[in-house]
Amino acid sequence: MSAVIERAAPRQAGPQAAPPAIELRGVSKRFEKRLDLAGKLARALGAPVREEVVHAVDKVDLSIRKGEVVGLVGESGCGKSTLGRMVAGILEPSAGSILWHGRDLRSLSGAEAREAKLKIQMIFQDPYASLNPRMKVQDIVGEAPLVHGLVRRGELDAYVDEQFRRAGLDPSLKRRYPHQFSGGQRQRIGIARALAVKPDFLVCDEAVAALDVSIQAQILNLFMTLRRELDLTYLFISHDLGVVEHLSDRVVIMYLGRVVEEAPAEEVFARPNHPYTRSLLAAVPRIEARKRAFNTVQGEIPSPLNPPSGCHFHPRCPHAMERCRVEVPKLREVAPGHRSACHLNDAA
Amino acid sequence: MSITTAGPAAAPAAAAKVETPFQRFVSEFAASKLALFGLAVFTMIALIAIFAPWIAPQNPYDLAQLDIMDGRLEPGARSGDGTMTYWLGTDDQGRDMLSGIMYGLRISLTVGAGSALIACVVGASLGLLAAYAGGRTDSAIMRLVDLQLSFPAILAALMILAFLGKGILNVVIALVLVEWAYYARTVRGSALVERRREYIEAAHCLALPTRRIIFRHLLPNCLPPLIVVMTMQVARAIALEATLSFLGLGVPITEPSLGLLIANGYEYMLSGKYWISFYPGIALLITIVSINLVGDHLRDVLNPRLKK
Ligand SMILES: Nc1ncnc2c1ncn2[C@@H]1O[C@H](COP(=O)(O)OP(=O)(O)OP(=O)(O)O)[C@@H](O)[C@H]1O
Ligand code: SF4
Ligand SMILES: [Mg+2]
Repeated sequence: MSAVIERAAPRQAGPQAAPPAIELRGVSKRFEKRLDLAGKLARALGAPVREEVVHAVDKVDLSIRKGEVVGLVGESGCGKSTLGRMVAGILEPSAGSILWHGRDLRSLSGAEAREAKLKIQMIFQDPYASLNPRMKVQDIVGEAPLVHGLVRRGELDAYVDEQFRRAGLDPSLKRRYPHQFSGGQRQRIGIARALAVKPDFLVCDEAVAALDVSIQAQILNLFMTLRRELDLTYLFISHDLGVVEHLSDRVVIMYLGRVVEEAPAEEVFARPNHPYTRSLLAAVPRIEARKRAFNTVQGEIPSPLNPPSGCHFHPRCPHAMERCRVEVPKLREVAPGHRSACHLNDAA
Repeated sequence: MSITTAGPAAAPAAAAKVETPFQRFVSEFAASKLALFGLAVFTMIALIAIFAPWIAPQNPYDLAQLDIMDGRLEPGARSGDGTMTYWLGTDDQGRDMLSGIMYGLRISLTVGAGSALIACVVGASLGLLAAYAGGRTDSAIMRLVDLQLSFPAILAALMILAFLGKGILNVVIALVLVEWAYYARTVRGSALVERRREYIEAAHCLALPTRRIIFRHLLPNCLPPLIVVMTMQVARAIALEATLSFLGLGVPITEPSLGLLIANGYEYMLSGKYWISFYPGIALLITIVSINLVGDHLRDVLNPRLKK
């Protein structure tokens, strides 16, 4: 990351002033691959097929205060996108509940549920797949506000122009189709589409990962400008610790569907507690330590179909003990605002 | 409300002209001379079929205009009363073959395109439903599709017509029943791929109504393969109808389609009166080949796997 990224201004908000903007309580998501008729037949004949269950997200507790930027990191397949999609209302949790300003999303009635849903919007990774190729970009941006009555048809044009300008796009291009734009511009269209329904909360799932490095900085700066102007809250998903370090107030580390560590951004980078976080940090090419060798975390990522017992990290952990194989470590406070799930913290 | 321009205002990516996906498609389609030729031929055939009542020398369905004394005349022969020339000869009832072919094209194209269109609507709806609903609905619909496709179409159509009886409407019904499965399978396949794409997730996230997501977002993106299948199925339906009529189970004898014209002349083939079957056969062949030329190239142009 060579270009300069604005550092998010640290928030002085009191620790527990208002109910969190969003709160996850024991949220899990299982993906079950049911056997079809042919599969059942094959199994009856003795073939080694079985119904597979992936615990993509496993009992996650997480709360995000209004105005906060929370970075969510972890290796590929650890369930970051699944968690983000549940927060954005695209996927239903298999268990647990999601609270929006203290109210369970599932307890909300039709109109309220829709309103809450619109308040949480998602920015996607793939700027090509995330825009409908058969719609003009003005319709992509203007469809939802019109359908939901946020704007009258006569005012739609001006409204769409405003969203375009906010996202850093020239409104005179609005009658074009997505394929006529570059990757960075497409991402801005996705941002304009989200802003058009007046959200409070943005889930950004690897929102810059597919872009050129120079464009990445522009989009990240746009996110931070929007945060200031519209008082947005972010769940910022990324596998790039460098990006997360610069944007986030708080960082959450996931491993195979579970949160293993959670702390203010400076704290995570200065004093990582969990052995997994420490190996992740060793693997990141830091801006200030470019010369340091790039070593990825030792060992293979275990299959989420068949995760290790006890602490999921034990096969790769240099400090693994007998206890780690049998007992799941609980997420516990190791310093104010800093939580970690590792048995080593009990020994101290 | 303040206006932000974070980062440099995005510059135009392409030329200043607005290029719709349709315009892009047209220019890609026009790249093939052969397909354009096919399209031109088919357009001409379609025009002939549409305007047959105004341009045909004779109304071949009006028995009062037919003179049995003019039966089985050679191509180029003059009619007995000297009023007209039978450029393509006459059949055994003294019907002008050229007029017969023009009117026959009308019937063949109507039946082919009509059944393809109805089958497309029925099949595409079922395919979308299967893909979107999943689970049992999906299984039920797809088992029906498998059953349908495992049966030879001509056999299924013969059985249906044996049950329903002759008639243009019944032929259309039979063709729809044997063809809907192709559309259902095609649409389900592409809908399953499309519905996992992020723009559909974005539509969910924007709380758009399900009906809108299916018909405004999912369906338009499933159209390209559907159009290809439809083109091919029109040709297939025309051929099937001709076969059914040839076998005597299709359209009624009073309003012959191309297939029935061929069948009527069949018994005279060996006695040298080739034209009664031959010219309708040529017309059928040209029609089907021209549609397939267009369809083949459409498949190349619309195939997403060949796209960057
Ligand atoms: N729709 C689905 N059906 C079945 N399994 C799924 C589905 N979506 C995700 N998974 C599985 O759930 C696990 C978590 O996936 P997820 O996409 O959330 O990971 P991720 O952390 O976002 O990874 P990446 O960094 O590669 O995007 C993976 O093992 C994945 O295979
Ligand atoms: S609980 Fe055990 S295996 Fe897991 S990180 Fe801590 S020491 Fe390593
Ligand atoms: Mg992901």
